[in-house]
Amino acid sequence: MKRGFPIVGVLTAILLIYALYEALVGAPTEQTMGNVQRIFYYHVPSAWTAFILFFINFGASIFYLIKRNQAADMVALVTAEVGVVFCTVVLITGPIWARPVWGIWWTWDMRLTSTLVLWLIYVSYLFLRRFSSSGETPLLAAALGVLGALCVPFVYFSIWFFRTQHPQPVMGGGGSIDPRMLHVLLINWLAFLCFAFLVCWSRYRLEKLQRDVDADHALESLLDLRGSAR
Amino acid sequence: MSGTYYLFAAYAATWIIHSTYLAMIVRRYSRLKREKKETGRRS
Repeated sequence: MKRGFPIVGVLTAILLIYALYEALVGAPTEQTMGNVQRIFYYHVPSAWTAFILFFINFGASIFYLIKRNQAADMVALVTAEVGVVFCTVVLITGPIWARPVWGIWWTWDMRLTSTLVLWLIYVSYLFLRRFSSSGETPLLAAALGVLGALCVPFVYFSIWFFRTQHPQPVMGGGGSIDPRMLHVLLINWLAFLCFAFLVCWSRYRLEKLQRDVDADHALESLLDLRGSAR
Repeated sequence: MSGTYYLFAAYAATWIIHSTYLAMIVRRYSRLKREKKETGRRS
């Protein structure tokens, strides 16, 4: 497993560089927006990756609620954290695109607001995991993870249900896209998915090590207590 | 400002966020490795 990490790392780096080249050079320039439209190749794949990570968090949370499995708990934590990072990218690149196109950085539009709410839900999930010392924390976090994931379809379909300024969805929506642009979009999504997998892998190893160290400390203090009692 | 500046800002912001997060993971990992080695030596 450890040997595979550098190989996946190198392949992901190559794919990310190729995807960046395609986004900046390979993709045709959009006629009305110009180069600003290229932000879309980072913004949309980041959003899709975040959604997938939140769904994995949902599955792992349900599994934890049923089986109380520690690995599922770690997967849930890791995917929520990496998902928040990708969602942060979405919330930052979106306004940077909106400023030259809409003339404003932000509007309280349903898609934008629901994405912000989704981000806040998972940030509170991470706060809960970080600052709660109760033994029930993984259980509470799993419940929050399940509820948080229910917001994901709402965010995605909000542009169908509400009148919004946000562009129509590329997949499954009414909008059409140049096939070359779609190709670049999918390449970037694949690159971001590989990158997310790699980051999750690293973060999982970190979490495992953290729990090992915590167990060592607990054992040490127990031995100290027994030593002082004698 | 031309669209290229916004494009550069968005791409730079993306990689700054990811690099910061990766740096946090690497720093925490090396700290924990050190801690683990120390606890192993003590016991």
